[in-house]
This record gives sequence, structure tokens and C-alpha cells, in this order.
Amino acid sequence: MKNLSDGFRLAVDIGGTFTDVALEGPRGQFIAKTLTTRDNPEEGVLNGVWQVLSDAAIGPSAVNIIIYGTTLATNLLIERQGSPVALLTTCGFRDSIEIRNENRFEQYDVNIDLPSPLVPRSLRFGIPERIGAAGQVLSPLDEDHVARLVPDLCRSGVKSVAIGFLHSYRNPDHEQRTRDIVMSKTSELEITLSSEVAPEMREFERISTACANAYVQPLMSNHLRSLDKLLREDGFNCPLFLMLSGGGITTLETAVRFPVRLVESGPAGGAIFSSYIANLLGLSEVLSYDMGGTTAKICLIDEGQPQTSRSFEVAREYRFLKGSGIPLKIPVIEMVEIGAGGGSIANVDAMNRISVGPESSGSEPGPASYGLGGQAPTVTDADVVLGRIDPGNFAGGSLQLNAAAASQALDRAIGERLGFQTEYAAMGVSEMVDENMANAARVHAIESGKNIENRTLVAFGGAAPIHVSRLAEKLNIERIVIPPGAGVGSALGFLRAPVAYEVVRSHHQRLDQLDVPQTNHLIQAMRDEAYSVVRAGASGQATRETRTAFMRYMGQGHEVSVEIPVVVKETELDNDAPENLRVAFEQEYHRLYERTIPGLEVEILTWMLLVTTLRDHDVLNLDDLEESPARPAGQRRIMNAELGEYEEALVFDRASLQPGDAIEGPAVIVEKDTATVVSSRFHARIIRSDYIVMEAKTTEK
Amino acid sequence: MNSVTEMSSIRMQIMWNRLISVVEEQAQTLIRTAFSTSVREAGDLAAAVFDNQGRMLAQAVTGTPGHINAMAEAIPHFIDRYAIATMAPGDVYITNDPWKTSGHLHDVTVVTPTFHDGNVVGLFANTCHVVDIGGRGFGPDANQVFEEGVNIPIMHLFRKGEVNTVLMDILRTNVREPRQVIGDIYAFAGANDIGCERLVRMLDEFDEDNLEALGEFIIENSRLATIERISKLKKGRYSNSVTMDGYDLPVTLVAELTIGDEFINVDYNGTSPASKYGINVVLNYTKAYTCFGVKCAVAPDIPNNYGSLLPITFSAPEGCILNVQRPFAVSARHIIGHLLPDTVLGCLHQVLESGCQSEGSASLWNVQLRGGPAVGGAADFDSEIPAFDLLHFNAGGMGARPTKDGLSATAFPSGIRGIPVEATEAISPVVFWRKEFREGSGGPGTYRGGCGQVIEIGGIDGIPFDVLAMFERVDNAPRGRNGGHEGLPGKVYLGSGSALRPKGQQHVPANDSLVLELAGGGGFGDPATRDPNQVARDVRNGLVSTESGENDYRVKLFPDGSVDLTSTTTLRVGYKK
Repeated sequence: MKNLSDGFRLAVDIGGTFTDVALEGPRGQFIAKTLTTRDNPEEGVLNGVWQVLSDAAIGPSAVNIIIYGTTLATNLLIERQGSPVALLTTCGFRDSIEIRNENRFEQYDVNIDLPSPLVPRSLRFGIPERIGAAGQVLSPLDEDHVARLVPDLCRSGVKSVAIGFLHSYRNPDHEQRTRDIVMSKTSELEITLSSEVAPEMREFERISTACANAYVQPLMSNHLRSLDKLLREDGFNCPLFLMLSGGGITTLETAVRFPVRLVESGPAGGAIFSSYIANLLGLSEVLSYDMGGTTAKICLIDEGQPQTSRSFEVAREYRFLKGSGIPLKIPVIEMVEIGAGGGSIANVDAMNRISVGPESSGSEPGPASYGLGGQAPTVTDADVVLGRIDPGNFAGGSLQLNAAAASQALDRAIGERLGFQTEYAAMGVSEMVDENMANAARVHAIESGKNIENRTLVAFGGAAPIHVSRLAEKLNIERIVIPPGAGVGSALGFLRAPVAYEVVRSHHQRLDQLDVPQTNHLIQAMRDEAYSVVRAGASGQATRETRTAFMRYMGQGHEVSVEIPVVVKETELDNDAPENLRVAFEQEYHRLYERTIPGLEVEILTWMLLVTTLRDHDVLNLDDLEESPARPAGQRRIMNAELGEYEEALVFDRASLQPGDAIEGPAVIVEKDTATVVSSRFHARIIRSDYIVMEAKTTEK
Repeated sequence: MNSVTEMSSIRMQIMWNRLISVVEEQAQTLIRTAFSTSVREAGDLAAAVFDNQGRMLAQAVTGTPGHINAMAEAIPHFIDRYAIATMAPGDVYITNDPWKTSGHLHDVTVVTPTFHDGNVVGLFANTCHVVDIGGRGFGPDANQVFEEGVNIPIMHLFRKGEVNTVLMDILRTNVREPRQVIGDIYAFAGANDIGCERLVRMLDEFDEDNLEALGEFIIENSRLATIERISKLKKGRYSNSVTMDGYDLPVTLVAELTIGDEFINVDYNGTSPASKYGINVVLNYTKAYTCFGVKCAVAPDIPNNYGSLLPITFSAPEGCILNVQRPFAVSARHIIGHLLPDTVLGCLHQVLESGCQSEGSASLWNVQLRGGPAVGGAADFDSEIPAFDLLHFNAGGMGARPTKDGLSATAFPSGIRGIPVEATEAISPVVFWRKEFREGSGGPGTYRGGCGQVIEIGGIDGIPFDVLAMFERVDNAPRGRNGGHEGLPGKVYLGSGSALRPKGQQHVPANDSLVLELAGGGGFGDPATRDPNQVARDVRNGLVSTESGENDYRVKLFPDGSVDLTSTTTLRVGYKK
């Protein structure tokens, strides 16, 4: 394989309902959507793959890379369908993953359930050993104890073992030694070390991550190896890469070791898709907005790079509430996910306020207007009443919506209780869901110390184009981009993901006592690990290395991430590094919190090193076409959400629009899977490659 | 309704949502910038926004009830001292007066007015527990509040943007952990700044001059919603009493709860008198946990604000332990205050058809340790040991719920989070040798009480230290309801074996350790009606012994751990007679 841009690239995204396949190459783009085959997911993948190959009239040997992302690991965690796992942990701390943080995630509801631990107490074993906070050995590892335990483990029927000892992020010796002893006695068990999968302080989160990895590992490794084998048998001789939750792709071997890093690979693909669009159109600040049937996902993208984080909570069981899921310390693309989708159910609460979600009607019974038995009004029903969705032309006409059923559901659940006419009940639902999304975006931006107003919204997913112009109005955002092919956004994102790997190490030091040679040694070890993963897939592409220090004032509990400034030498920190790092930290701190604190020492907790391949990207000019008015296909009444009044809007068919076509809001642009609402504050136009670009009219504000 | 009022109602609802998101941003900023583990890890904080009359309009869901509801009482005191008209941009106010805020000197309240077009449109406040405030420190040993640390009267923290250096110097000199305390106070002011900025942006966006109309809308809707819930309850008077250990003498909390047409009143007449020691409660704090208990059972989903709290009233005779005046000592008032929801729920258990959860461990076991020079008696004068003060929060078991087991090692009613052992060990010279479930501690019942936990802490390299013990439910176990059994009461002792007093500063000698066994929650319903498979699961997990399985739950297991249904049926029939 000489160059990845020759030949065909294939991406597969297994979601809960659909498996999306996208193929790109010299003859353009080919897309397939097939049903996910839950019992035998490899089958659905191969169906989709052969479908696009036959559409493109090529054989397997013409494909030179396959990128695969899957929600299977996530589903195993959500549905608790993983393999039986044993946990070996420091004696006296057997319950750390179940004690969690001793907190109720919801103050007033005394009937909440805490998530059940992935490893039941009867399979959690205390091992005599203890490492101290400085990495020193306080009690030696009782090796005989470990050896004696192995037969019990084998008998208990577990497939996989997590090893998580206190302070192993400082000193992994005991964890490694325990693994070696177990492996010397049996080859039947897969083993995860907390010091490898998440070498960071805070025992609950680290050990929980190790347990989650161990829990999904047997099934994921079987699945990935079997898929690889089937592809080879079918004549594919190109490498298979896996999409990671952090937005990079990696080799099969790495994915099999750390399958927990595959969680959320689908949404990560969506964010990468938006990043690609940001680069393509030269947009420096983007707000990626993906709204489907159940949730909306929002992600910030700066300079073409999505924001990333080191922690994530999977399988939230209570209204998507923080604390109601399983914490994972893995590199992820940072996004907020809230229960706001087309199927989100609307209601009136005790204070006579309209509430929307997070409960969703799903695809069955679905919104009331589907006529499939759903009685509760949803966001989609509100959109029908407000004229944004044409009941006769929904999902390419495959489903005839019942507008009367939508109205009745809204009247029953909302209108009659609040004394609102139907259209204002619908209006309230739509305003509330838009406000919820706007608030989530706003709080997310604050938590990240980012501005939101100068961003461009990139919208994809079935419900996003309907709500995006009102969301933009609420956020004071003036430009919106709606890409073509948004229905398989995640798979298209996979094709644009770099080969990347991130290594994180906790190493607590005061900045004024920074041991520069030791730190350089640490960074070198991290670099070696990252390059060993990336080189395997980079096939000679140029790479970039980013190093980040997580710093704080001594005594604080949360860190600010500081990219190590360029004044530090290319490869090594020098003696000026402490001062340079301090300056960079204070700049960042001030930017986030508006105050710095005089006279306090600064400390570094964690280092992160990311190696990623660089891809040349195409450039599309936003403003090089002569505009002319587009030809409407019809006309209908839609609600102006700002004024609370209906107004006449022209309707356009997206498939027949041409680059250069211009549309004045209010208007609706319909396509097979969705419709784009252009509010009266916006002007829309079609640019090359069929992107819709909407810009705020410059009349006021 | 016409379309104008419909639109305006939708707008109010939207703004209300926004205001809640603004105070959440304030709370998140607090957590991300605070220094003490109590705020940043444990979330021992409150953040809220008030109107110009000092009425609480919205509070962050992040935080703990003792602070939030007590802070709700505090703001009028600030406005009394500094009239709104005298406030200037850049002014920030502070106090830790226990009688004006949340009941002990460790809780610092910082208030910042928000200016919009030159006028004050509202006030942001937060109340947080700082790690030290001088005096004896966080413990129950004082006889008078004067021993318990520095008392900051309501005063400027910043005046037109200039920090009050006199106050900062006094604090820096008088507290044990000046870096954390001073750093925290900056963080408190910073979090309010974020709140103010967001509020101004919100008013601009919605083109509103102030919060008056929105405030009325929030207060009135919340008040009516609470009244509607109350109106569905069976009217009458319901009594309950709970006896607890106290410091030197047992303390009995007596409550009579009255449900009227539009109110719930709780009267604490008959409650024990004030203690000689620092476990007394001020009225604000009594109110905070009384309201919390009522709200949990009656209106859990109604947002906490001035309006939703209005219909809930209470009274406590002056001089009883729930209403003390200066100079009584108050530092460890949470010991008593945390029992109030269980006391109130015992009344409401008689009202609600489903009943209410059983009693739990309730009082947090706050582990306040102190080491270093001049600590721990002459024998251990070892100046090699660095001075340290640390606070670690721990929770026992919650009471079983009417349809579910109690949560194990989970704080209730407090809203705090535990602090990771690794985080505490990283900043203090101690080692946790054990922190896991206390087996057999959950009270048997159809639904089992939550388990407590066992914690063993030693000094690193065997160094000695002191514990400022304030542990409750040692002599008085949490009781079950409807035939559920008691949870196991707590225990406090040295690793070498001898018992320690549950209250008061005591020494843990070199090479020894402190062992805490936290109480389990009470059970709900007759244990002999518990699903036998749940009993088998608990036995397999080591949380219930085989003997308790047979004696309390009347469940017989086969040697492989599965349920012996025949023998179980025999046991249960025989038991019922």
C-alpha cells in the first residue's frame, strides 16, 4: 500500500438499528444502510460491504483500507451483556467500584437506583499488597495468595480478569507481577491492568475502567478477530482499522487489548465528520450538532480539531444524569448528549411547565403522528403541527404521518392542561427542546472555557436541520452548514479520521521542583508507546505529536490542560521549561476563570501525548458562486418561533437544487430523510458539493 | 388564553430554565476552581441566585441541602446590613456567622450583587465548607462558639474590586491551612462573577430590565405546586421521636407534623435541651433539613426556591438543641441536623400510603484528623511530622425503601460525595488500610437496609495523630419500619483493640490505627417475606451471613448457595405459626 488516497476506502459503522457503510474512491461515493444483525453482527457488515462494492462495481482487492466503528461495546455495557469478570484489588478495597463516590446523583428522589457494578461482590477478591501515594511499597505483594487464587478463578467461570490496585498509576509493579503469576498458571483468561488501561489517580474511576475493559474484552476480541477473518476469506487483503472514541483510528491488535476505547466510536465519527467540514470550508470555530430520534449531541471544534476529554460516563441509567452511569477514564471526543430528539416525549410538570424528554417514544411506537400506537406527543408531532414537517412527504414518502393524531396528542397532554391552543402547545414543545439544547451547548462551552457566538453550526442527523435555525437564533450564531449525506455522517467521518493514539500518564510534580531529565524520560516512554501504535497504520504518512500537561494551583482538584508551548524544544524539555509552563498555565487559567491567584505554587498532575497522522484536506470556497434565486417546488405555512405567528414559506426540493441557488427564509428545503427549516432571519444558498450554507440576514442586531 | 399571554408564558418558562442553567454554571465553576477537597471532591457547597428582596429564585442541583436551604435564609441578613442602594459594582460580601447562615463557622457564605445598566438586579451567593477556620477546628469539643474559630461578621470581601486585605491577613494568620482557605475564598468570589455575567447576558438576550416578573412567576408557580401536593395528603397531626447518642447525654428529637390545607408545619416541642458541647443546631440549619425531609417525601420534583419552601413551616423552642443562641457551641451540628429528615419521615410514614424509608446511618461520619507538632500529648512530641489537618467524608447505609433495598455506603440526607482514598493520601500523611462494606450491617427486612462500611486509617510510617471524633448512631441503631429490623449500630476503636469515645478529640498512638464501623440502615417490612433469591444473592456476596439468612430471613440454602425451597417454606410457615 503506497498511498491511502489511491484506490477505495471503506467505512462501516454499526449502530443500534442500522449498519451504515460508505465507500469512497476514484469513482465517487457509495453508501448503504442495512439493518444491524444483533446476533451475528459480522453478517450485517458483510451484507452492507458487498452491497456498496457491487454498486461501485469493484472487487475486494480494490479496497485498500477498511475502517470499522461499532456501538457493540457500548451495548454490552448498557445491557450488561458482557462476559463474567473477576476483579483482583488491594485487600481492604474490595467494594470500591460499588461504593462509588457515596453519593446520590439526584438529591430529592429517594428511590433512585445506583448502577449495578459490572463485577459482583462474590467475584471481587482482595489481594494482600499495598503501594503508597508516592509509589513506595507499604506492604509487599503476597504472591502465593495470587497463585492460590488462580484455580478458584478458573472454576468460577470468569473469562476475563481486571487487576486494579491502589496507586498503581504511580507504581504498576504489583499489578504487573500479579498478571504474570496468573498467566503462568493459566492461558484461559484475558487480563486488564488498571495501570495500563487508565493510569490515572482516583481509584473508583480507574478500576471501573479496568473492569469495563475486562467485561467487553472477550466478546469484542472474538467479534473483531472473526470479522477480520471473514473479510480475509472474502478476498479483502487490506488492513482493518478501528475507530476509537477519541477520534483516531487504530490497529486491530490495539483494539483487542483496549476494547473499552471503542465505546462511542459512532458519535466520534460524527464529530470527525464535522471537523472535516470545518477544514474543508476553512471554519475555525464550529459547533457540531447531531440530533436524531432519541438524543442530541453537541461538540465544539476549534481549528478543525474536536475537543477531547479523558473521561466519559457510559450507560447513564437516569435521565442521562451525570453520576448515573459507569465512569470510564479513556480518551474521548468531548460532547454533551442530552435527551432531545425527534421522538422525545413532551409533558407538563407540576409547575405547569412544558417538559421535553429525556424519555423517547423510539421508533416503536414512535410519535403520535406515526399512527403506530404512540399516544404521547413528541417533538416530531410538534414539528408537524408547526408546518416544519410535511406529513405527506416524510422519510421520502415511506411513512404517511397523521397530522390530526399529532394535534390530538398535543391537546391532550399539554393544550388542555395549560389552556393553550394546539399550535401554542406545539410551539411550547419546540421552544423548550430548542432551549434545552441551547442551554446544554452554553453550559458545555462554559465548562470548556470556549466562546459560542462566533461559531458555525454544522448540523446533521434526522432532526437537526429542522431545529438548527432556531437553535442558532438562541445561541446568537450567524452561520449554519448542512452537509449532504448527513444520514451516514458517522461512517463518512471514519473515512476522514487520522491514525492516532493517545497516551496518558499521571506523574504528580510541583512545577518549581520539576525533575526535567525524569520528565523527559517519561515523555520519551509515552512517545515510544504512541508511535508503536500509530506507525503500524500510518504507512509512511506524516505525523504530528501533541504534548499536553494537566496543571493546577497546588491544592486544587481539577486541572487546566496546557499544550506545551512551542518555546520548549522540539523533543525535550529544557531548564526554562518550568517558567514557560507556568506562564502558559496562568494565561490559560485567566482565560477560563477571569482571575489568577497570586503567590501560589503550580503543580502538574498528568501528561498526555498524542501522535496523529496528518492528512491533506481539500478546500472548498464558501463564496465563489454567483447567486440566483432557486426555483420553489411549493408553498406552506410554518410557525415563526420567535414571533409565535404562522407565515407563508416557500418549499424547495434539495435534490433539484444547484450550486449557486439562493433561498430567502422563511423557507423549507425538503430531502429524503429530513427537511431544513430556513427561518425568516436566515438566507440560504447552495455551494459546491451541494452543501447548504445559511447565514443570518444583516438587517438588525 | 390569547396568543400574547401564551407566548409570554412560554418565554417565562424558558427563562426559568435558563436561570437554573446559570446557577449550575456557577456551581461547576466553584468545583473546578476550589482548593479544599471538601468543595472540589465532596461538593460540600451551595450556589443560588436571589432577587433584591433576598428571595431564592433558583439553586444549582449540585450541592448539599444543609447549605442550600440555610443559605436561603442568609441573604436578607446581607441586605439588612448593606442596603441594595449602597452596593457598587465590584462589591463582594462575606460572612460565616453561624446564626445568619448555615450553622457553623466552617461554612463561608460569599454574596455578589449583579449589576445591569447600573442597577442591582439580583444577588449570587454560595456557601461552602472551608477546611479550617482556626479555633479548635471541626469537632464537637468546644463549650462556646468563641472556641470554634474566627467569626467573620457580614463585611466586604471586595470593595469596588479591591480585596479586603485586612480580612485576608487575619484569616491567613488564624487558620491551619491558609493556602486552601484563601484559595477557596477567591474561588467563591470567582464563581459568583460567572453567575453575574451569565445573568446579565440572559437579561440582554430576553430584553428584560430585571428579574422581578420572572421572580414572581417562579415563586408563585412553585408555591402553588407545593400546595397542590400538600392538599392531596391526609390532614392531621402525626408524631415521631428519634433518640440518638449525643455527646455526653442522649438526645431525643421530638416532632409533631401537622398537615393543613395549604401548609405543613413541624413543631419540635419536647426535643432535648441544648448540649454543653459543639453539637447544637441553629434555627437556619434546623429549617434546612426539616424542609429537605418534607420535600423528599411530598414534592421531590418541585425545584427548591423561596416559593416551594413557603408552605413548609416549623418551630423549635428556644434553648432546645435545635434552636440555640450564642454563645452555645455549634461546630458539629450536622450530627443532629442530619437526623431531622429521618425524624420527619417517621411522621410522614403515617401519612403516605406507600410509607417512607426506614431510618439510616444519616449523620455523615466526617473523619477530621490532625497531626504534627504539638498534637497528641507529650509522649508523641515529634517535630519531624509535618502539621496536617484533613477531612474525609464517609457515609453509612441508608434505610430500606418501601419497595427497594437501602443504598449501601451512600450519604443521606447530605448531598456530599466521598473523597477518593488516593486523593486524600496524595495530600496527607495517612494510609487507609481498609474501606469496604461492613458485612451484615444492613437491617434485615423484606427490603434490606443499606450496608455501612468499615474504614481503618493509620499514619504513614506509623506516625501518630489525633481524631476529632464526631460519630453518631453508636449507642442508638437506625430503626426499621413495618417489621423491618434495626441496622447494626456504629463502632469506633483503635486497631490495637481498645474502644474510643464516639465524640471528642482523642489520640491514635504511633503504629496504631483508627477503625470506624459505620451503621447500616434499618430494614423495611418483615424479613421473613423477602424474596429468598435475594437472600441467596446477599449470602453469596457476603453481605448477609448464612445464620442471619436462616434466623432473620427464614431462608435455608443448599451447600452450593442456592435456595432450598422446601426447607425455606417449612421455616417460614413455622415462623408465622
